[in-house]
Amino acid sequence: MPEKERTTDNGQRTTDDSFVRRYIFTTDHKIIAFQYLCLSLFAVVIAIVLSVLMRLQLVWSDSVQPDVYLSAMTMHGTLMIFFVLTIAPQSGFGNYFFPLQIGAEGMAHPRLNALSFWIIFLSLLILLSSFSNENNVIGSISGWTAYPPLSVLGDGKGLDNWLISLSIFCVGALLNAVNFISTFLRSRNIELMELPLTVWSWFTASVLSLVVFPVLLSALVLLFLDRNAQTSFFIPSNIYIGGQIIESHKDGSPLLWQHLFWFFGHPEVYIVILPGMGITSHILSVFTGKPIFNYKSMVLATVAIAFLGLVLWGHHMFTSGLNPNLSIAFSVLTLTIAVPSAVKTFNWLATLWRGKIELKTPMLYSIGFVSLFVTGGLTGLVLGQSGLDSAMHDTYFVVAHFHLVMGASAVFALFAAMSFWFPDMFGGEMNERLGKIHFFITFAGVYAMFVPMHAMGMVGMPRRYSSFEEFEYLKDLQTLVKFVTIAAVVTATAQSLFFINLIWSVYRIKRKNKK
Amino acid sequence: MPRSISDFGATFDRQFYLTMFVIGVAFVAVQCCLGIFIWRSSEGKITKDNLRVEIVWVLFTAVVFLMLALLGQRVWAKLISKPNTENVFKVEVTAQQFQWNFHYAGIDHLFGTTKTELINDAETNYIGLDRNEEKAKDDILSSVLVVPVNRVVELTMKSHDVTHSFWVAPLRFKQDIVPGVTTKISFKPTQTGKYEIACAELCGAQHYKMKSYLLVVSEDEVNKLMQLSQDEFQTTVTTLLR
Repeated sequence: MPEKERTTDNGQRTTDDSFVRRYIFTTDHKIIAFQYLCLSLFAVVIAIVLSVLMRLQLVWSDSVQPDVYLSAMTMHGTLMIFFVLTIAPQSGFGNYFFPLQIGAEGMAHPRLNALSFWIIFLSLLILLSSFSNENNVIGSISGWTAYPPLSVLGDGKGLDNWLISLSIFCVGALLNAVNFISTFLRSRNIELMELPLTVWSWFTASVLSLVVFPVLLSALVLLFLDRNAQTSFFIPSNIYIGGQIIESHKDGSPLLWQHLFWFFGHPEVYIVILPGMGITSHILSVFTGKPIFNYKSMVLATVAIAFLGLVLWGHHMFTSGLNPNLSIAFSVLTLTIAVPSAVKTFNWLATLWRGKIELKTPMLYSIGFVSLFVTGGLTGLVLGQSGLDSAMHDTYFVVAHFHLVMGASAVFALFAAMSFWFPDMFGGEMNERLGKIHFFITFAGVYAMFVPMHAMGMVGMPRRYSSFEEFEYLKDLQTLVKFVTIAAVVTATAQSLFFINLIWSVYRIKRKNKK
Repeated sequence: MPRSISDFGATFDRQFYLTMFVIGVAFVAVQCCLGIFIWRSSEGKITKDNLRVEIVWVLFTAVVFLMLALLGQRVWAKLISKPNTENVFKVEVTAQQFQWNFHYAGIDHLFGTTKTELINDAETNYIGLDRNEEKAKDDILSSVLVVPVNRVVELTMKSHDVTHSFWVAPLRFKQDIVPGVTTKISFKPTQTGKYEIACAELCGAQHYKMKSYLLVVSEDEVNKLMQLSQDEFQTTVTTLLR
């Protein structure tokens, strides 16, 4: 009888444990990485379906109720930001490759690692339980930013679910960040200036998480108290809503929430995109047969982005009535962060220059990342100027900007990572032809969806509207709205190619191994 | 973009198109480089690190971006500057789910006091105006914003429920209206006409329906309107909106 090997504390995979012990309650960082990736894949499917439903609603305005639209929008944003774009690049691919790339046996705290996953899993379950809420509304209608007083006085039980879910998420994300940081600090014999850029970006994103998730957690708890314990952190006096004066709250500040939320919210976009930048740098270097150009400046740019990212949250609040002089500082700082981003772009281009370019699928996705990141990033030059933001704020211009710069580009980095590391994870390659078809449709689709949105924003089309039929000046845009919806349906459908490729490739490899 | 109808719009448009020009050049340059470098794949000669090029690039981008940021401050300064004239047309704006309320001072140029406890939706006193006050007698409440052309307009804005945002696309600015905070903003309309007012901050399920009109008319017309009673004002404005 073979010796029964237990799951070891340093995260090594056991040989003959039960399925449950090996794949469910495991402490192996590689399996935990798979768990995170599966969770993200599950979340992204729901998020894609919701986005298609939203686009259809904008074409056939009578199809669903406005609050159903708003709750779908909130759920789409929350799932994408937290459960896909925060989890997959960092907790998913990071968990797998970060320890390997610094020569560690696993994450520093394997049990904590498993605990983080189950906390995040619980958080997702709670968020999704909103689907069964009253009036067919899929949870909160306040948007992923949940601005009070609306979120306190004008939203249903879905928002409590949202608050509990995200509070738990913060704890999971925080423990995960601690684990990355201590794994990094515990590693021996590493030369800082020789580390892969992926390691630098995962580490930097972890430090950012450590700084900002506690702030979000405290804000969420305060908002929960405002809703359920009649405290007044965010609710001012003399509120009159729904035909009655609210006497249970007084002297709070709605702007305090905005500060706390965006102090988290802005660095969050760098938590999302830094791992993507690291992955892109790595892949560009491999498929050009060259080391990344000016490696040191890449490291410095990563750190600079993280540092500057912490001090420019106010650019989300230019129109909020923030002290106008403060906006000047936030505006200048915002345009300053474009400099390290430009350094990265320059170095990526210089790496491609005269490279021996192999256009395999991971490389295509990485080139797509650079293209989308630059296109989306450039419009930040408009939004970062407080004067210009006053017109573009809360229009489709912003929707286009952030979807390109930290939505689609981060997703492209995930596609790149999956196809690039697939051989390491599964022992065989993904299908190249299917991968390329998926790349070209998605790349064209993303541009087809988001370029017209800039035009809509310039005309003044507000975001978070479930219908545009009330306004004369938006009627001319109806053709563009339809065009974007068609592009969205096609692009969303094309994602099935990626899923088919993924599942089919895994199945094919497993079958081959059995033989 | 819709044609600008205020003096702020002209300043805005200059900076906007300058920024879009810089963006356009950078966009074309980067995407072309991507295309050309991929197209002209070669034997993969290693490009040596070159700190000097990087420093030049950092300085170049820093100068361009900071120039934009500094020039952009002129737009911001124009938007936030207080009117430097006494001749200001003042309107008090109260936003609520899902309608706009505009409060005019009438002929005495004095606004009546508003109190939350006096709000009476049944009597269409949506802002709680104390009608017993002497200075409130000639005040006019309307869901339409009527302002004179070529004169500085100052809006004093507040909300009595959730956060809203005042947005008229041809005016080129929006201003959030956060409950508990009174915000002032001024602009000078330069074109007469009828324009749509939208809410640009998510304020609930009917957010997309929170609509009203901005009517820019001649100064004489505004003066005449201010002398009317509440009902006469409403009838005249309804005619003007047609």
